[in-house]
Amino acid sequence: METAVQKYTFKDFTSDQEVRWCPGCDDYVILRSMQKALPEMGVKREDVVFISGIGCSSRFPYYMNTYGMHSIHGRAPGIASGVKLANPNLSVWVMTGDGDAMAIGGNHFIHVLRRNIDLNIILFNNEIYGLTKGQFSPTSLVGQKTKSSPYGNTQPPFSPGELALGANARFFARIGGNVPKEMSQIFIEAHKFKGTSLVEVLQNCVIFNDGCFSKFTDKTVKADKQIFLEHGKPMIFGKERNKGLILNGLKLEVVTIGENGITQEDLLVHNAKVKDPTLHQMLVRLEYPIATGIIRSFDDVTLEERENALTEEVKANSKFTKTDDLFFSGETYEVK
Amino acid sequence: MNTAKTKQQPEVLEAVVIRFVGDSGDGMQLTGTQFSDTSAMFGNDIATFPNYPSEIRAPQGSLYGVSGFQVHIGSVEVSTPGDNLDLLVAMNPAGLKTNLYAVKSGHTIIVDSDAFTKKNLEKAQYKTNPLEDGSLDNYRVIEVSMTRLTKEALKNVEGLDNKSITRSKNMFSLGMVYWMYDRSIEHTIEFFNKKFKKKPQIIEANTKVLNAGYFYAETLELIPNSYTISPAKMEAGTYRIIMGNTATAWGLLAAAEKSGLELFLGSYPITPATDILHELVKHKHFGVKAFQAEDEIAGITSAIGASFAGDLAITTTSGPGLALKGEALGLAMMIELPLVVVDVQRGGPSTGLPTKTEQSDLLQAMYGRNGESPVIVIAASTPANCFDFAFEAAKLALEHMTPVVLLTDGYIANGSAPWKIKSISEMPEIKNNLVNQITENWHPYNRDEETLARNWAIPGTKGFEHRIGGLEKDSITGNISYEPENHEKMTKIRAEKVERVKNVIPKLKTEFADSGDLLVIGWGGTYGSLHSAVKQLSDNGYKNIGYAHFNYINPLPRNTKEILSKFKKLLFVN
Repeated sequence: METAVQKYTFKDFTSDQEVRWCPGCDDYVILRSMQKALPEMGVKREDVVFISGIGCSSRFPYYMNTYGMHSIHGRAPGIASGVKLANPNLSVWVMTGDGDAMAIGGNHFIHVLRRNIDLNIILFNNEIYGLTKGQFSPTSLVGQKTKSSPYGNTQPPFSPGELALGANARFFARIGGNVPKEMSQIFIEAHKFKGTSLVEVLQNCVIFNDGCFSKFTDKTVKADKQIFLEHGKPMIFGKERNKGLILNGLKLEVVTIGENGITQEDLLVHNAKVKDPTLHQMLVRLEYPIATGIIRSFDDVTLEERENALTEEVKANSKFTKTDDLFFSGETYEVK
Repeated sequence: MNTAKTKQQPEVLEAVVIRFVGDSGDGMQLTGTQFSDTSAMFGNDIATFPNYPSEIRAPQGSLYGVSGFQVHIGSVEVSTPGDNLDLLVAMNPAGLKTNLYAVKSGHTIIVDSDAFTKKNLEKAQYKTNPLEDGSLDNYRVIEVSMTRLTKEALKNVEGLDNKSITRSKNMFSLGMVYWMYDRSIEHTIEFFNKKFKKKPQIIEANTKVLNAGYFYAETLELIPNSYTISPAKMEAGTYRIIMGNTATAWGLLAAAEKSGLELFLGSYPITPATDILHELVKHKHFGVKAFQAEDEIAGITSAIGASFAGDLAITTTSGPGLALKGEALGLAMMIELPLVVVDVQRGGPSTGLPTKTEQSDLLQAMYGRNGESPVIVIAASTPANCFDFAFEAAKLALEHMTPVVLLTDGYIANGSAPWKIKSISEMPEIKNNLVNQITENWHPYNRDEETLARNWAIPGTKGFEHRIGGLEKDSITGNISYEPENHEKMTKIRAEKVERVKNVIPKLKTEFADSGDLLVIGWGGTYGSLHSAVKQLSDNGYKNIGYAHFNYINPLPRNTKEILSKFKKLLFVN
């Protein structure tokens, strides 16, 4: 029955709905990166499902010519889990924002990561509530002035990556909102990963939090302020490619190649696939340079693999194949 | 077994109500279950109800730690576990104190006199010993030194610790009650042999104590004679004793098999609904996917996801859980996907009385969502018909593409009764609205002209890619639409869709009288009590009183008005 997947272009994944985001929003970049990544994944269009909650990010499914559900606040992980458990052949994507995923949906967010169901979560982090017009979110900074914190935000933020790793996320990547090519590549890697993959996109909100990530993501500073991590490659960055990371005691330290006898060999080599998340945690916390790329990609058994194995085992050992077998089993008696 | 004495002919009774009470941990549920199973196999109609504290194990001997099991057996139809007791078996003073009110004056109380110590009397807040102060003069009290006699019976059994010895005293009481009501102890011995296959001393100990109780009662002159309850007139067939929650789970299994869909349950543990999860999770051999979610909301949303992907999706809960599910239930209604929500009602509001019953979620089920969001609401009324209504809930959800709330309650969910086993071949067909062949101009909100059910295109089906969501949608394309006229139209369609279920559900019938002076009306789990009450009146010559019971609540049966108008007065009992 399996037929070869037809060759798609991004147009095949573009729906007939008019896209309604603010001009200049990074969401357009995410949308286009996804539409360009999907043809590369070798997945049939009818097998792709986008599930979202509420918020600007959550309009995403309407713009994809696939199956999709725009659901309710924070609950996309629950719905996506049901979709995937019902039909493990599907490629399931959760499109969510920082408020949707980490405030109202915080509980579902951590539990879906813990379980490791094979689905992908794209977290649009803009450190603000956009759709409700400018209140602080769980990733807003202390002191940040917003509609609901006119004198400055007093609630310390979550770091999505730290929260995710704390919940035992096996795959975590971070990417700027203005680099479509790298973003597409990360989406493809997230798709390939068997387990829950989380991609945090540092997404600029032009209206309510403009420039929130510009000190890392602006084209002029990006090379010096970001380290793009690749598995098996040395942790090197900078316009001159002469800066890198070493481990000094229990801290990551920025060094310059050529200074104090440091050579490229002294730099840490990125291992995304290691089970111990200690170094991944450090990388996630790093403020300078900010770590992007695939920080963690640890292969583990998925929930549906466990469930399927158990089901097969129970089926093999059971004498029940239909409900009548159950109903008439055990203690029954006849009335004549 | 040698029974040297010639047995007197037992006196024949129509029905009796017996309650076993003791500490949680005294094995009262097991004792009651054994007595009711034995009676059912003997041919009696039965109804049982367990009553236990919400603490896992309350302090021994305390008033709030009393656990009980009530059984009503009859040669006549039995529709409730009964109100007034013919026999109370109390294993300690706290059990006596909290249950004495229910014993009919002049009737029998069996107590373990060894448990009436100073300490236990204090714990039960007795100032004087009720066995000595004359306060039980209106009853026939049988004091039995059960703890001592149990120890005596087991003194030659090797390898038993003190705890196991005292624990088996419940079997002494069961043995006595078996003799009193002329029941065979064989079924219970068989049960020991099966249950404790790997622990021969436990089989030996329990069997010995059960026998000891039986023969003690036979020898004891305090019990003048034994009674019996003849087999009831029941429809021929194969039966089993079933609890309401098990019946609900099995009805859902049957619906999955009949519809050819896989069963998905998304649920979060809550009393008294959890047993449905416990039951369904066992049946992986039928491909059941039972997902214990992180909370009530994930319970229902995972089910909505599974429904979107083509499974028969269920979520189970109790009152406070339904409150949490409200928003997601509104979504399921809005996107018009099939979903069964089982609400096993308990005492409320808020956390309320988790292990006690109240039938108080009707309005929540009907209206507990924002906006105008009609769903089908049906209610089971007996432990056994939980099977039929769970099946019916799934059938209506699938055939009409809408959520269905099935209301049961702690009373019928934990109660048990004989169930005439239904083979899958006896169950009605279940159609579904799945589409797999693209038609010209296909839209996700194309509807069946008769039922108004929209078609069900599931991910993985080529050519039907579409997006749904909680925002109002255009009545044809399903795209987002905020047009006032469209919203009005969609609101009406959704209401009409539920209303048209009237056309397929059975008409309302009355019992005892078709017309007359008074119609008593009930719904859900109160059936047994109300039916019995009106039956009593009818038996006493009040032939102008009818009884109408609603299992279908939204929509109401199509002849409701007609039926109600045939009576001068209506009495709605809730």
